[in-house]
Amino acid sequence: MDKENNHSKSFIVSVSPHIRSDESTGRIMWSVSASLLPAVIMGAYYFGPRAIFALALCIVSSVFFEFLYLKILKKDITINDGSAFLTGLLLGMNLPASVPFYIPVAGSFFAIIITKQLFGGLGYNIFNPALIGRAFLLVSFPKLMTAWTEPSPAFIKIDAITTATPLGILKEEGYTKLIEIFGDKANLYSHLLYGNRAGCIGETSAIALLLGAAFLFYRRYITWHIPLTFIGTAALIAWIFGGNSGLFSGDPLLHILSGGMMLGAFFMATDYVTSPSMKSGQVLFGIGCGFLTMLIRLKGGYPEGVMFAILIMNCFSPLIDRGFKSKIFGAVKKK
Amino acid sequence: MGFLVFKGGIHPADKKELSADKKITETIKPPKVIIPLSQHIGAPCKPVVTINQEIKKGELIGEATGFVSAPVHSSVSGKVISIIEIPNIMGRMVTSVVVENDFKDEWTLLKDNPDYMKLSPDEIKEKIKNAGIVGMGGATFPAIVKLSPPKEKPIDTVIINGSECEPYLTGDYRLMIEKPSEIIEGLKIIMKVLGVSNGFIGIEDNKPLAIESLKKAVINSEGINIKVCSLRTRYPQGAEKMLIKAITGREVPPRALPMDVKVVVHNAGTANAIYEAVRFGKPLIDRVVTVSGEGIREPKNLLVKIGTPISHLIEECGGLKENAVKVISGGPMMGFAIASLDMPVTKGTSGITVLTEKEIVHTEKFRPCIKCGRCIDACPMGLMPSMLSVYSERGFFEGAKEYNLFDCFECGCCTYVCPSKRPIVHLIRLAKTQVKP
Ligand code: SF4
Ligand code: SF4
Repeated sequence: MDKENNHSKSFIVSVSPHIRSDESTGRIMWSVSASLLPAVIMGAYYFGPRAIFALALCIVSSVFFEFLYLKILKKDITINDGSAFLTGLLLGMNLPASVPFYIPVAGSFFAIIITKQLFGGLGYNIFNPALIGRAFLLVSFPKLMTAWTEPSPAFIKIDAITTATPLGILKEEGYTKLIEIFGDKANLYSHLLYGNRAGCIGETSAIALLLGAAFLFYRRYITWHIPLTFIGTAALIAWIFGGNSGLFSGDPLLHILSGGMMLGAFFMATDYVTSPSMKSGQVLFGIGCGFLTMLIRLKGGYPEGVMFAILIMNCFSPLIDRGFKSKIFGAVKKK
Repeated sequence: MGFLVFKGGIHPADKKELSADKKITETIKPPKVIIPLSQHIGAPCKPVVTINQEIKKGELIGEATGFVSAPVHSSVSGKVISIIEIPNIMGRMVTSVVVENDFKDEWTLLKDNPDYMKLSPDEIKEKIKNAGIVGMGGATFPAIVKLSPPKEKPIDTVIINGSECEPYLTGDYRLMIEKPSEIIEGLKIIMKVLGVSNGFIGIEDNKPLAIESLKKAVINSEGINIKVCSLRTRYPQGAEKMLIKAITGREVPPRALPMDVKVVVHNAGTANAIYEAVRFGKPLIDRVVTVSGEGIREPKNLLVKIGTPISHLIEECGGLKENAVKVISGGPMMGFAIASLDMPVTKGTSGITVLTEKEIVHTEKFRPCIKCGRCIDACPMGLMPSMLSVYSERGFFEGAKEYNLFDCFECGCCTYVCPSKRPIVHLIRLAKTQVKP
């Protein structure tokens, strides 16, 4: 040993390339989490301490379940890569603020253990864990998961008033009634933009979500391919088929800004693992999400369709990836 | 012309500032040189010297043994002290001639022939062949082969590759600044041999001084159509196929050669060597080597005799810093990490890059693919490196083949960008050894 050290230093011999970009999985996950902060703040502002409680519980239990699973299976503990944190955060943002404590815990268990780890862990899951978590809760606890409360800024009211979401009103009572409730169209849009409306904790403030999305675009963590085609398709369908006075009388803006469209299109459908990797495939994926969302909203039994739309398209991601192979440099273009 | 781009690629920090302003200087004469008889792609040479034989500088020591082969010459005058087997950078054993330097620098016949442009293409080719010139960018393909395209493949364009897109390396850059006319003359010779009237020199736009220098040299040489192209700086701009695409807009089909799209590419260093061979009859016995990186005390551009041990160069550059952990023959993107500094500089050694803990990545702890698609966007060949790496990781090599495994030229872009730090190139190489093309 000594001799070797004196003779010459031993160098690391490994395969090229020898340098790497400083991007890492962890940095991406934490950045996406950070980009959700504005929406979280708005959610906390409108829905109060209960919202913060639900969010915190989701995050803590998600990270805990991830830790537990990895520990039991004696795998590397990778909780600081931020992926379980992000899943917990997204799950929490997809819950109504009024849920009792066991809902976040059960949802996190389903998201982390069933959807992610049992499928092989990060990178191997087919479905978006947070969305499966939510779908599971919606199916198992339909009442609790649709107990919407009136947003009450500045934490004034202790007992929140139960109400319906704009999409719920639209479905049950129609467009005219919705406008009536909010006064006029402009007022409705402004409520939707700021987030002053009933809905899940993190989905209501379109402005805050757009701010976060802008950050992700700037960092190139997401590209236009999924969100724009998603929202564009939904808007088009809403405009053409969404109205009650014939074709082309719908209100696309209402559909874009309400429900989970903003949160879903920018932050959930863009999840790398569960969406196609090829840009061309992503366009198809986005169109599919938009189409299915509107199909459910307009024709389905639920007022909201973003979650199921994304989950259904998740199934097709591997297939889409197989269908859209990249164009090899120099390959002869097919006529 | 005027496309100047290719798809994909990456922007690593080029780190050229470490050595870009260092003039090319000759190394102190090495006491002995170890000259491998296979420094090129193709058949190894047959030794034509015996132990204890006195030889002169530039004397033939290894004879080419086929069409795709290149003779090897002694870079010093002195005595052959042994003929040994040493590993090359790829770990293959290569017969090598060890020559003890007598420091007399006695040349074999060198003759200045200022009228070299009057030589016939065949005479020129003979000189280039005898000089043992190979692609000096690192590919080490015998130059003569590229200059002898088969009849059915006419050539209409010659490109001199001055991109030098690997981070740290500045040898070609210095050559372009210090010897622009020689490079232009080299290009003219190549154009004459191939009977081509379109010549291009492609340089990345992060090297404005080199572009200027060559533009000036072109103005001075009249009556010939040579264009200096400023290319967008992006790795791997210097890869032949990307360079051809950027300059001519032509795409070399998978598994085909540049000559299939009527183009021949030579590196700037090779053009200089061709000029020296044709004008003076000088064989390829020295080359410019950049010694750089955060782990070396004094980065330099050195004119090095082939066969000089790498340790000699390191010493000349003030030695390694304490924190040096990796020594690479070539640049950090495609170079080979070497285990021992005893290895000699060969015709393909474009640089020695010494890295510290800070620059390197430990790849033992990589994460699963998160399908982010970054590698797909970065791959200049339009492959899906993620699929290649996943298939190879699972041992499903046939699957990798379906994803065009063999079109990968191991540029490393995919691996560079992967946020999960997956050793994609490594997995691709593994797969390549497991299935037949
Ligand atoms: S190493 Fe191969 S797969 Fe990776 S980017 Fe380069 S050509 Fe593409
Ligand atoms: S860059 Fe890495 S993580 Fe992303 S798709 Fe490629 S292999 Fe997977």
